[in-house]
Amino acid sequence: MSSATVAAAVLPNRRLAGTSPRSRAWGRFKRHRLAMFGSGVILVLVFAVIFGPMILPFDPLHIDLRHRFAPPPGNGHLFGTDQLGRDLLVRLLMAGRISLTIGFMAMVVSTLIGTSVGVTAGYYGGLVGTVLMRIVDAVLCFPSVFLLLALAAFIKPSILTITLIIAATGWMEVARVVQAQIKALRHRDFILAAEMLGASGRYVMTRELLPNAAGPIIVAATLTVARAILAEAYVSFLGYGIQAPTASWGNMLNNAQQYLNSAPWLAIFPGLMITLAVTSFNFIGDGLRDALDARMDLT
Amino acid sequence: MSIMALTPPPIPRDGPLLRVDRLRQWFSSGGFMSPRLTVRAVEDVTFEIGRGEILGLVGESGSGKSTLGRAVLRVTDLTDGRVVFDGQDVSTLSKRQLRPLRARMQMIFQDPFASLNPRMTVGQIVGAPLRIQNPGISRSEVEARVGDALRTVGLADSHAERYPHEFSGGQRQRIGIARAFVLAPDFLVADEPVSALDVSIQAQVVNLLMEIKRKLDLTILFISHDLAVVGHVCDRVAVMYLGRIVEIADTRTLFRNPRHPYTEALFSAVPVADPSRRRQRILLKGDLPSPLAPPSGCAFRTRCRYAIPACAEAVPPLAHIGGGHQKACIRDDLALQPAC
Amino acid sequence: MGAPEIATAVLDVRNLSVAFATHTGPVAAVHDVSFTVAPGETLALVGESGSGKSVTSLAVMRLTPPAPRTRLDGQALFRSRDGTVRDLLAVPERAMRALRGNEIAMIFQEPMTSLNPVQRVGDQIAEAVMTHRPVGRREALDRAEHLLARVGISDARRRLAAFPHHLSGGMRQRVMIAMALACDPALLIADEPTTALDVTVQAQILELLQDLQRETGMAIVFITHNLGVVAEIADRVMVMYAGRIVEQGEVGPVMRAPLMPYTQGLLRAVPTLTVSDGFVPLTSIPGTVPSPTALPPGCAFEPRCPYALPGLCDATTPPLDDAFDGQQVRCLRWDAVAALEARP
Repeated sequence: MSSATVAAAVLPNRRLAGTSPRSRAWGRFKRHRLAMFGSGVILVLVFAVIFGPMILPFDPLHIDLRHRFAPPPGNGHLFGTDQLGRDLLVRLLMAGRISLTIGFMAMVVSTLIGTSVGVTAGYYGGLVGTVLMRIVDAVLCFPSVFLLLALAAFIKPSILTITLIIAATGWMEVARVVQAQIKALRHRDFILAAEMLGASGRYVMTRELLPNAAGPIIVAATLTVARAILAEAYVSFLGYGIQAPTASWGNMLNNAQQYLNSAPWLAIFPGLMITLAVTSFNFIGDGLRDALDARMDLT
Repeated sequence: MSIMALTPPPIPRDGPLLRVDRLRQWFSSGGFMSPRLTVRAVEDVTFEIGRGEILGLVGESGSGKSTLGRAVLRVTDLTDGRVVFDGQDVSTLSKRQLRPLRARMQMIFQDPFASLNPRMTVGQIVGAPLRIQNPGISRSEVEARVGDALRTVGLADSHAERYPHEFSGGQRQRIGIARAFVLAPDFLVADEPVSALDVSIQAQVVNLLMEIKRKLDLTILFISHDLAVVGHVCDRVAVMYLGRIVEIADTRTLFRNPRHPYTEALFSAVPVADPSRRRQRILLKGDLPSPLAPPSGCAFRTRCRYAIPACAEAVPPLAHIGGGHQKACIRDDLALQPAC
Repeated sequence: MGAPEIATAVLDVRNLSVAFATHTGPVAAVHDVSFTVAPGETLALVGESGSGKSVTSLAVMRLTPPAPRTRLDGQALFRSRDGTVRDLLAVPERAMRALRGNEIAMIFQEPMTSLNPVQRVGDQIAEAVMTHRPVGRREALDRAEHLLARVGISDARRRLAAFPHHLSGGMRQRVMIAMALACDPALLIADEPTTALDVTVQAQILELLQDLQRETGMAIVFITHNLGVVAEIADRVMVMYAGRIVEQGEVGPVMRAPLMPYTQGLLRAVPTLTVSDGFVPLTSIPGTVPSPTALPPGCAFEPRCPYALPGLCDATTPPLDDAFDGQQVRCLRWDAVAALEARP
């Protein structure tokens, strides 16, 4: 006898009156400590990159050759300065703007693409579904770093193009998750009931199916932000991404390579920022996965 | 709407509401890489349902009764045969052409948990038929009619704000019934509407269904494996076995004078809530044969205690034996036990 | 129910209560349930969903979630084959594991979830034998074949190699029964074993269980919501409502002349296999089963009861009264109700 059977037989119906699926999910999310920690970190990070550069008395592009390589915390430069004497903290925050923006935008674009492909493939199934999902498989087979670099080598790098390139290599995971969820829901009675009313395919997909796939989509989207931040760091680190003097966490790392022995903080701080942002988003994703677990609502 | 305008239904108001003619519903699986398997879920089924009539459809799981219910509603594309609804042949209509007819034919599902979208409020669920069928409908009208529908099924207006998970099985089934009736349809397929419910709730839901039936003068195809409920609710009963109707008659005739050995066995297997009436049952041997490889001739012969060699030769036709009673059995010499 | 009864009973449950810990505090699923089952006897536990009938059986098997999440009170005295009497609620988990599937067996509604989908049924049955008996694999497989044949599976030798998904629902339930019988249990707990099956297959399984009981003398606790099945198979019946026993006794008197208004309502709500002229509304019990978190004060059935007396039934929780012939009923007004029922 499986433990699920026991639990189903034993546990009294947990019927929380007067609650929407959303508020119950929030209740579960709040109990997930790491996810709450991650959310806090991201919140602080977002505030810092927006308001930090306004408050700090340094210009990220201001070169001050007298104070090159000031180790932290030195001379009012909390995180030290780089090889051109620029304040590292302000540069980190400005780079954070770029990296987070690219992360969020790439997430939005790849979630839109992935969701559309996934819903269409899951709903229609058959030939349409098979062809779409084989395309997804084909793109997935291609090592995304090479795809990323190949595309970046041909296209003039800017925030927009980098975003699109990252989105182009990151939508497949969402598509697979959504397709699996839609396919599982496709033949449930409530979908049949809607079709029995003469509902169009578009109605069934957007009104009936999509809200039930919202959980997995949100989870996948959160993890996509983490992936996109990492991808941006890759590309910029290898010199194909955001170009100097504009800072991104990736190109700051790239820049720090030469001074790894003499000024290790130049590498440590951007690395920490990337790690912090990526793990935080991953924690949030984990928390959301538990909180939005469709099984908790469908039964 | 334009389709309706092009082909106005020839309204023979006295004819049956639903006519099903030599209906076949096959399902294929495999094909490209694996061997193609064909399940003949419904095979050569012919029957009619008169206006305002309740036809019961009974049989074991795997008999094809649910598939038949869905086929007559054109949820699926028919393999062969015709379904004529109110004089109009709907067998080959496309999804779009069927849409206006959907307002007149509805369905109630067995599982009150799977048939309601967990992400929608009760008001959205019951209002969906109105919105889908009349895209221009006003919000206040939807609310008013949803409220009416909820009160009719014994719920309150205020329940419209809630989500399905806040309701018990019986209440959810009422919500499903409200959704089916909000458009005031003519024809309803009720697929095991009470079998997932507790006994004390079953009776409530059956009574509710019958009350609404009377109010709307509904025609119902009542699919159930519970012969006792069928006996109480239905005017006529069709018995299915492995995709075919093996006997059909008005309820009294079928219960008092069954003529197919399978009908007899079904009745005999029903446990009776009276310990003094423990009977010698007619135990059927084994299970339903696989629909992938049905036995030759009469499909029931492998479990039939009256089978003779001739039963294996040909599929017995569903033959009239008088008074609207039809049976598909070559043996006319049997004295079968009645249900009551 | 004193000490002498355990001399004959296989299972003697005394004052069993089960409560689950939830976010909002403990929820009592079963209150003060006592019953006995004798060898060769079938006791039916009847009730609707949420009545506590399944929880009662799971508590006896100690299959409820472990201690902090579940609180078990009372005793469940079980007499082993060797005559020793043990309290199932108090024995260590290791001893309980040795009993489960050995002297006490259990079958469930959906055999597919209880069978391992990737293991051949022969191996699964042999496993059940080898867990509790010092036999080799060869011998265990022979025993498995014998058991399969005994539960009416034809061509048992070949079926040993089948996987669960090769079998129909009825066949799978037979395999489950074969596994349950592997070690000659003294007690079989059957939780809705025929609910998922067709009537024709249900009839086969009921007949099989009765045959096996006649042969082995095992006691059966049969949990069901189907009163027809109760009438077919049970010697005694125990009706549960909202976690309490509300009526129990011999199956004949309880089903012919029930004393508790709930049992009466339940029996009337079951449609009989008859035809009527036109539709006669079925007798239903109004309202719904109360949630275990919000039981009404007094008698839990009072809000739905046609005989409820305001000021009495909604104020006092009725005790389980001895009526006649060992029939017990939990109703403050059962003699008045009986008098009213006797009138045409």
